[in-house]
Amino acid sequence: MDLWGISYAISDILMHIVYWIFSGLLGLLPDPLGGFFDGIGLWFVSPGVIAFITMLLEALIVIIVALLNVIILIWVERKVLARIMDSRGPFYVGPLGFFQNIADGAKLFVKQIIIPKKADKFGYQIAPIIFVGSSLLILAAIPLSADFAVKDATGATIPGGILFAFAVFAIAPFSILVAGWSENNKYTLIGGMRSAAQMMSYEIPMLLTVASVFLLVGSFSFGDVVNAQQNIWFGIPLFLGLILFIACMIAEVERIPFDLPEAEAELVEGWTTEYCGMRFGFFMFTEYLRGYAGCGIATALFLGGWIGPDFLPGEIWFLIKAYIVFVVFVFIRGALPRIRTDQILDLGWKRLLPLAVLNLLIAATFKILGWF
Amino acid sequence: MESSSNRVEPVGKKELSQLVSGFERKLERELPLSIGPDLTEIAVKREGLVSARCNKESILKLARLLRDKYGFEHLSLISAVDWRDRFELVYHVRSYANYCMMEIKVPVPKDDLEVYSVTSIWKGANWHEREAYDMMGIVFKGHPDLRRILLPEDVKYFPLRKDFQLTEED
Amino acid sequence: MAEMWINMGPQHPMTHGLWNLRIKVDGEVITDAMPEIGYLHRGMEKIFENKTYVQIGPLTDRLCYGSSFTWNHLYCMTVEKLMGLEIPERAKWIRVMAIELQRIASHLMWLAAYAADLGLLTGFVWAMRDREIFLDLLQALSGSRLTYNYARIGGVAADLPPDFERDCLRAVDYFERKLKEHENLYNGSKIFKMRTVGIGILKREEAINLGVTGPTLRGSNAKIDIRKDQPYEVYDEIDFEVACHTDCDCWARYIVRMTEMKESCKIIRQTLQKMPKGPVRVKTPMLAPSGDAIGVVEDPRGEGMMYLIGDGTDRPYRLKVRSPLFVTLSAAKPMLLGYKVADVVAIMGSIDVCMGETDR
Repeated sequence: MDLWGISYAISDILMHIVYWIFSGLLGLLPDPLGGFFDGIGLWFVSPGVIAFITMLLEALIVIIVALLNVIILIWVERKVLARIMDSRGPFYVGPLGFFQNIADGAKLFVKQIIIPKKADKFGYQIAPIIFVGSSLLILAAIPLSADFAVKDATGATIPGGILFAFAVFAIAPFSILVAGWSENNKYTLIGGMRSAAQMMSYEIPMLLTVASVFLLVGSFSFGDVVNAQQNIWFGIPLFLGLILFIACMIAEVERIPFDLPEAEAELVEGWTTEYCGMRFGFFMFTEYLRGYAGCGIATALFLGGWIGPDFLPGEIWFLIKAYIVFVVFVFIRGALPRIRTDQILDLGWKRLLPLAVLNLLIAATFKILGWF
Repeated sequence: MESSSNRVEPVGKKELSQLVSGFERKLERELPLSIGPDLTEIAVKREGLVSARCNKESILKLARLLRDKYGFEHLSLISAVDWRDRFELVYHVRSYANYCMMEIKVPVPKDDLEVYSVTSIWKGANWHEREAYDMMGIVFKGHPDLRRILLPEDVKYFPLRKDFQLTEED
Repeated sequence: MAEMWINMGPQHPMTHGLWNLRIKVDGEVITDAMPEIGYLHRGMEKIFENKTYVQIGPLTDRLCYGSSFTWNHLYCMTVEKLMGLEIPERAKWIRVMAIELQRIASHLMWLAAYAADLGLLTGFVWAMRDREIFLDLLQALSGSRLTYNYARIGGVAADLPPDFERDCLRAVDYFERKLKEHENLYNGSKIFKMRTVGIGILKREEAINLGVTGPTLRGSNAKIDIRKDQPYEVYDEIDFEVACHTDCDCWARYIVRMTEMKESCKIIRQTLQKMPKGPVRVKTPMLAPSGDAIGVVEDPRGEGMMYLIGDGTDRPYRLKVRSPLFVTLSAAKPMLLGYKVADVVAIMGSIDVCMGETDR
């Protein structure tokens, strides 16, 4: 499925409709008014404008596909987690409880919005925007297949896609700090600081692991990384790297066992305590969005991306592999208790960092031996 | 008491009484000699339970003696009773090693409500004495933190006294 | 950050029940702690003085709603001591069986709450699922799931329903198998050990001096159990072990409670085998003699005690309740000093707080 092709086709049709409205209908007016509208209509069909509208539509389609995936992911999590806990998960709303998430979202929409009186209004309102916006931006870099990628008119994807994805990933701790501080609450301040510390300290083993993949491929583009895995997926020689990456990704997305910043038992809801209604829904939703993005990156880097037998298109293979990684996340969530913050930081700096360096050495060895 | 970690497990009520009746008789004999006329009416009620009455001046001395010499290391309960002409504090202390509980009744006259606190001897008495103060109004001298515990700080009455009546609905 | 006082509670998801824990925090380390109770004070001791002995029975259930049969039974035992009543043998065996069923249910509720606090939601759901079986058994015995009023003065309310022995044995067999699953979830989990080993240490001498009893004391290397030291009902005819552990931390208390559940299964089996036939209740007099009596039991949370003074009428003159958690909560400060704020949940969860009996 060619993203650029589809978007171009839709944009072409849309612009021709607009052209017909202006030139065809309004152009029938007597001169000079008619000629004026005709000129405007012609401008709408020029290649530059069509290309611009195509890019907007590309972004829209990517976002829609991602949101659909996230809704399916939340449903998968609830069902699988329930089975681990010996119960059934949602089963009432929709077939197999599929529309439960939509019902929960609708409930969050109708809640009353309460802003604490002494909260810092600007920070309070901008923090969710930065959080959600930066997480959506990650998706611009992750292609679902060689064709389903955000491209421009010349057919080039984002250069250095992997670097871009991680750079945008790392904007989130900043917005969490702003959120935690602007709510004017001792608990959220503690939660926000813990969260930022945890995220920043787990970026480093994660990036080292990515560096080991870069060492084998030599390029930061997603397409090149996946193409280099035609013979063997990187997850098999770099198995340690795969495990490390999954562990770091769980810490980045703040799931159990690393979710002390939003532990209910102590800090009520952590740094999102004072948010109500759909703003809170945004935060929860974005956690799953980042989880989806993380699983996508893990798939592309270690599990062969969209490579698979031909009876299914590449995008479906990518999604299947990403979902399998996410189910691993859910199993880990169901089986483990929470780790304390100082133990989390201990784990990140003292155990995962040396292992990541070891992984880099293994990748260097493979490169020297000439196997890649 | 180190002996309590490897003592004999009790195997039946009869053998229990043979094991420890010596200890209760010993208490009955020796305590009046150590404390003097303030300790009255000491009696062995049944196996494992000795009861006594003590004046409030000697309660601290008796407590220290019980803990250090006879091994009564666990304070179970301090109850406050309102007998209409006097208050009474009932201490229940237990010796694990000797399988014995001692019940000490301390009369507190209504015009002199101060009693020595045994918190310095058994730290577990802290909240029991706070509750006796909260419910009956008995003041404990030497208590580290005598405030109300169950009722709010600004309440002026002492509910468990007999002259505090519940309202008509009850 | 400077030192500041933080209020954990009174409305807080961690504090099971309604109480306030004020801790003084220097950064992340706790330097002082002050529990504040009294939010659930209902004036039960005053109410007891105004009701007849029969009317008090259902009220004692509400003392600790997590393990309500124990308090019910303790009250009946104390009144029987005051009145000098001797209850039939079968009633004693049924009471012991119900006590042990209640003990397993109470410990399972503790396990569920503890797991939920530590973030292990799977443990919460599994423990609650197994607790349902015991609540069903107790419902078959008494008619309700949480507050039973099954022990009456003079025996128990009614005999066992038909097929109860068979159902009880099946439940106990099933539970012993499931207990292994639970243990796999906790014992094998390195993260659980990281959160509980070495946390909340309370040494033995200090624990005894502070008046702490129950699994908290047995986890501090003291093999002290009222069921063995001062046996009541028919505990001296039953063969079981006292659970004890040498480390004085939260892990030790967890192991002690798991072992107690296993021992309770053994006890239940023996009661079902050895129970004689006969009546289950005797007629009781309306008025109680003057005098006083004490009753001591081993509650799932420690040493429960009642001191009853009768004055010849049909109402008690004074009924004082000793709740084990009242004393254990006062011992919270030594257990909390020097640990981090995130450990408060683990430590306070391991002493199994239930505010009904603390505040009365």
